[in-house]
Amino acid sequence: MSGLPDTPWADLRQVTVRYGRVPALEQVTLCITPGERVALVGANGSGKSTLLRVLNGLAGTQAGGLHCDATLRQAMLFQRPHMLRTSAQNNVALGLWLRGTRWRDARLQALTALQRVGLQDIAAQNARTLSGGQQQRVALARAWALRPDVLLLDEPTASLDPHAKREVEALMADFAASHGAAGPAHPVTMVFSSHNLGQVKRLASRVIYLEHGRLVADLPVHDFFNGPLPEAARLFVKGELG
Amino acid sequence: MSTLTESAVTALQLTLSSDPVLWTIVGRSLSVSATACLLACGMGLVLGAWLGVARFVGRGAVLAVLNTLLAVPSVVVGLVVYLVLSRSGPLGSLGWLFSFKAMVLAQAILVLPVVTALTRQVVEDAERAHGEQLRSMGAGPLLRALLLAWDERYALLTVLLASFGRAISEVGAVMIVGGNIDGFTRVMTTAIALETSKGDLPLALALGIILLAVVLALNVLIALLRRWRERVDGSASGTAVGVAA
Repeated sequence: MSGLPDTPWADLRQVTVRYGRVPALEQVTLCITPGERVALVGANGSGKSTLLRVLNGLAGTQAGGLHCDATLRQAMLFQRPHMLRTSAQNNVALGLWLRGTRWRDARLQALTALQRVGLQDIAAQNARTLSGGQQQRVALARAWALRPDVLLLDEPTASLDPHAKREVEALMADFAASHGAAGPAHPVTMVFSSHNLGQVKRLASRVIYLEHGRLVADLPVHDFFNGPLPEAARLFVKGELG
Repeated sequence: MSTLTESAVTALQLTLSSDPVLWTIVGRSLSVSATACLLACGMGLVLGAWLGVARFVGRGAVLAVLNTLLAVPSVVVGLVVYLVLSRSGPLGSLGWLFSFKAMVLAQAILVLPVVTALTRQVVEDAERAHGEQLRSMGAGPLLRALLLAWDERYALLTVLLASFGRAISEVGAVMIVGGNIDGFTRVMTTAIALETSKGDLPLALALGIILLAVVLALNVLIALLRRWRERVDGSASGTAVGVAA
């Protein structure tokens, strides 16, 4: 039966992705089960974004097998969320409208979602004029409104100032503690990429380390930060933590 | 007095006078080009937006043809429309030749590649920057094309004004399919050509100055739009185009 916590949401077997001749992912094998909070870490160009795009169906694979439970709803957040040149409320409503909700209902639900991220007061404001942190919160509201079972986030706090980072991170934690459309028994699965190892410690239950498109380490968060690591991952953690 | 000074004075006198013939010609020029632009934009915006997003076999060839059509001389368009609308042509039964409709059709065909190509470029740039996010939200190619076109509406407004400039400043097509009939199909550009051939250079230049004034007004409008856009959105990205006479 699909959507159960012990059934993988995503099952990747020897997945390879290339952009032209450049390999982005090389024979990656992993399983993600519902309710997991997976952090993808690694240097720039290690394949984190590509892996997220593969999971979201935005990137095709050249080799290997990929199975994602289509019954679970997905939403994805990008490092720089694109806001259409209209109000924050309309931007949130658009996501719902694209999934088949009537526009009038979508706008009402959008307002509720904006309340959840504390932006109800700027619902009518042009989203393009908002700060980076506010735009990311609108993007979170857009995802929230969809009640996704799986939330994918590509470095969602990378371009934000420390204050906005904390706000967005708190919302991510709140999101991870909630449940999607599949019901209360199915907590949200969260897969996010980050360079911020402190954030990884706070939010993740499992850490995947990628290097040059290869999966080098896949460990529970405690083991990743306290146990022995492959040399490349150890140097990365040492470098990032200073 | 030099020809240029004389022309400027004549232009001023003509502009200030309430010469009904002049203002009928100006009005006809504006309405032919505006109608042609509306028709071309109705089709060109959707087609260009779709071309900016869609990926299909032969797209490169379609774009090459489209870019080539940008350089088609207006007399060639006029000739083709003439052949189509002439009595022995496929649409001869419509009886449009040497009429307002024929001039609109010719200018619409002339302007269609301009609108399509510029829209394609604007939407393709937007698709490259943001298309993936819309795709992730579940938007298919056509919906994405329309959403991105709507999102780039200020840039596309500039495209519309540029296409209007192309239409109102052309002479070849309207001369061939309109016939430059006094009081019926005479527009500013054909009137300029006629007055030049008659040797009335001051009047021809005066009409040219008025035509330039119309184009200048359009460019001012573009500049104001851009400034307004910067104020509203705090950004000034988009395709930079102007109107040339």
